[in-house]
Amino acid sequence: MLRFGDKANLWFLIAPPTIWALHFLFCYVTAAVICAKSGLSADLRPIQIAIGAATVVAALLIVAAGWKAYRHWRPSSELPPYDDPSDDDREQFLGISTFLLSCLSLVGVVFVALPALFIADCR
Amino acid sequence: MSEAPDQALLAAQEDRLRRVWETPGGWRYWSAVNNTEVGVWYTATSFFFFLFAGVLALIMRGQLAVPDNDLVSPGLYNQLFTLHGTMMMFLFAVPIFEAVAILILPQMLAARDLPFPRLSAFGYWCFLIGGVFVAGSIFFNAAPDGGWFMYPPLTTDPEFSGIGADIWLLGLSFIEVASIAAAVELIVGVLKCRPPGMRINLIPLYCWYVLIVAGMILFAFPPLIAGDILFEMERLFNWPFFDPSRGGDPILWQHLFWIFGHPEVYIIFLPSIALLAMIVPTFAQRPIVGYGWIVLAAVGTGFLSFGLWAHHMFTTGLPIVSQGFFSAASEAVAIPTGVQIFVFVATMLAGRVVFAIPMLYATGALAIFVFGGLTGVMVALAPFDWQAHDSYFVVAHLHYTLIGGMFFPLIAGVYYFYPFVMGRMLSDRLGKWAFWLMFTGFNIAFLPMHFTGLRGMPRRVFTYPEGLGFDLLNLVSTLGAFVMAAGVLVLTWDLVRPLNWKPKAPKNPWNAGTLEWAEGDPESPWGIRSVPIIESRYPLWDQPDLARKIHEGRFFLPDAEEGKRETMVTTVLDAEPLQVLRLPGNSFLPMLAAVFVGGSFIAATFHWWVTTILSGVIGIGVIMVWLWTGTSMIPEKREKNAGLGTVLPLYASGPSSVGWWAMFITMVGDGTAFGSLVFSYFFYWTIRPDFPPPDATGPGQFYPTLAAILALLAWGLMLLARTRNRAGHELKALFMVMGSAFAALGSGAAILWAPYVTGLEPTRDSYDATVWVLAIWTAVHLGVGVLMQGYCVARGLAGKLSARHDIDLQNVTLYWHFATITALTTALVTGLFPLAVGGG
Repeated sequence: MLRFGDKANLWFLIAPPTIWALHFLFCYVTAAVICAKSGLSADLRPIQIAIGAATVVAALLIVAAGWKAYRHWRPSSELPPYDDPSDDDREQFLGISTFLLSCLSLVGVVFVALPALFIADCR
Repeated sequence: MSEAPDQALLAAQEDRLRRVWETPGGWRYWSAVNNTEVGVWYTATSFFFFLFAGVLALIMRGQLAVPDNDLVSPGLYNQLFTLHGTMMMFLFAVPIFEAVAILILPQMLAARDLPFPRLSAFGYWCFLIGGVFVAGSIFFNAAPDGGWFMYPPLTTDPEFSGIGADIWLLGLSFIEVASIAAAVELIVGVLKCRPPGMRINLIPLYCWYVLIVAGMILFAFPPLIAGDILFEMERLFNWPFFDPSRGGDPILWQHLFWIFGHPEVYIIFLPSIALLAMIVPTFAQRPIVGYGWIVLAAVGTGFLSFGLWAHHMFTTGLPIVSQGFFSAASEAVAIPTGVQIFVFVATMLAGRVVFAIPMLYATGALAIFVFGGLTGVMVALAPFDWQAHDSYFVVAHLHYTLIGGMFFPLIAGVYYFYPFVMGRMLSDRLGKWAFWLMFTGFNIAFLPMHFTGLRGMPRRVFTYPEGLGFDLLNLVSTLGAFVMAAGVLVLTWDLVRPLNWKPKAPKNPWNAGTLEWAEGDPESPWGIRSVPIIESRYPLWDQPDLARKIHEGRFFLPDAEEGKRETMVTTVLDAEPLQVLRLPGNSFLPMLAAVFVGGSFIAATFHWWVTTILSGVIGIGVIMVWLWTGTSMIPEKREKNAGLGTVLPLYASGPSSVGWWAMFITMVGDGTAFGSLVFSYFFYWTIRPDFPPPDATGPGQFYPTLAAILALLAWGLMLLARTRNRAGHELKALFMVMGSAFAALGSGAAILWAPYVTGLEPTRDSYDATVWVLAIWTAVHLGVGVLMQGYCVARGLAGKLSARHDIDLQNVTLYWHFATITALTTALVTGLFPLAVGGG
């Protein structure tokens, strides 16, 4: 019997950038609400903590997705281009694409979190 | 498979196929729905709009050539730049993506056509009608004049902006519907209509891009449609969504517009890059280097591009930390964008490049785009943007990205695919002339604008005084624009000069490896002679004799025994054969439907309400006839032999049918539009100290709760009806559908009654208006649901809906999942949220 995630698919492919999008939305909405409700000189420290926590969660989820993708990819068994009409090549292709997307999404999450680290108020 | 083919059999098969797929002659030609006709009309129309918008630009450049010029009046100048931007974006850049995709995608997938040919035709006619309406307005001095992004309060004030703003809002909303229709068609096409064996790791890169871009359209266009609704309600009925004196906020429009507007840049950029992803390997004569990297780049760009919208709003006073998020995401998107460029360069380095005309345009495109990308990294930095915002620097930047990222790749595609579409070759000599004129003209025109902008010239000014340092730069830009126009003229001449002046194209003239070149003869109307089994990313290179075997009908569907249009449906990941899909034939119904639905939009612009309603009702009627006579047809037998000993069903419903997927995808887009309206509600809550305002009187809790309960009841009955029908209790199921319709009507009435009975005045405050708009949106969706239920009952009574043939009921139930979520959300947000924040 197949367990969850044994077989790569398109939902796995879009999972890492979807996590990026949710993280982005969380950062933006949290900051926008606090800044709007508490004025321009609002203290951002609570936001920094919330965004920090969200960033850790998002990063962990993306790493998990990337790890799963790496398992599908199995770079040690065969190198790209994975263009044979076989189950193996399909899995490895989806694996490598998802893995690359995980890397990009991780960079994206870190990028987006950085302003919260360096900017201390809403001005 | 090596024995000689039976020539008589082949001829008979071809005869039957030709009869089925033949393009109608005479005036009936315009009833064609096949992708080869609709695609050509679509492409030609959008190219015409491009020329039109280009002429507008030349008039502007004429006006700006010298200081204090009076070639055109300030008012006309406002119309010129507004219409130029609007047309280039909405009538050229996006539609030509759809046009080209409709034209080449089926053959690339060895499909006879896309799964919903009449929907493509409907989309085309909507586009044509809406486009002519918007473009034609300038001849009546009535064109929109508030800039292509239509910022309120300038454009919400009828004194400052005449009917032009209504033409923009209603004309473009109508076209956006067509774009979403095309997106649905393309997504289902790529996922479900691939040839057997074309697994997900083998699909042409163009298809990956189409899939992603169509998905982006689904999430990007609906926020604009939601914005258009709010905007038009303010203009027509004085509902104060963007009026700060009554609790509205013009910034809300900017958010909704740019949530659409920034992804849109990538929606037009990615499909053009997709053309390069087909062209570069062909002329490097080797497979693309880094197929997986392109998929990364395309998917990555698709997602990241949704996190950039507020970088158009850096000067609106957003909190600096918010600007930081958008700035960071804007820098991050450079990564996947750059990856694509490196993949192309690597492919060229690894292969032996044949420098034909398409490659000339491809390399020119890369040069210009990289330049525009670099200035993009500059303006993505908020402090730089504060200086450059609304100056000619931005004009230069956006033209470098769009012309390098969209226009030049597109022309590369035109030269590349012209033989595929027309069976003739375009001229090398004219191609070179056009390229060098456009390339040099473009740079002469737009490079100086960076400096004009840095020297402080704002965009959208109709003139400037002499001696500010703008004079020479502007003159040079104007000269460059006319040189570029000369290039466009040469290109246009090459395209439109008579076909018999052009040499006949050999089969597969560029020695390409992908399937669209297998047929080799645009004269044969069937798209592909037989649907092959695919084993490679470049089947024409790697599968020996493939083209010949396709021609000899050695694969799937080599015949049309029953005289019906058919294509293959396969599984999403591995493209295993699932079904033979019967496609509808030519019909005037899509055109008629577009005429009446379009008529309704146009009449609304002029406030002719009776005509609006009448035209809309007839439009809906025509669509009903179209659905009744052309969709979910019950085949004369259960299954058929598709060839190669494979027997496939002719009918499928639920998640295994293409119609179910189309409904699902459409409703995702619809849900996004609804989500944008809900966003508006919470946007006001964020920016206002008191929301709901203390003097708000409704909508209370009772009626929203009642509406929610009735909606749940309607949904439950639909679920039950679907199961009962499947179990063979067809009549019982119909009664349940009717019961559901009554519950739905009750729910819709309750949701509308709530704000009415509690005295919410939509013109009083943005709170009242927002509650009303959510209620109306929900009621309309419930109403449409009831219409669908009525349709199901009628189908059932006419014997067209049964336990085995339940496409309609399955799809309507799917609709009801979404309609129920809409009703519950509206009830929760308008009824219960005020309690949560202590208001209401």
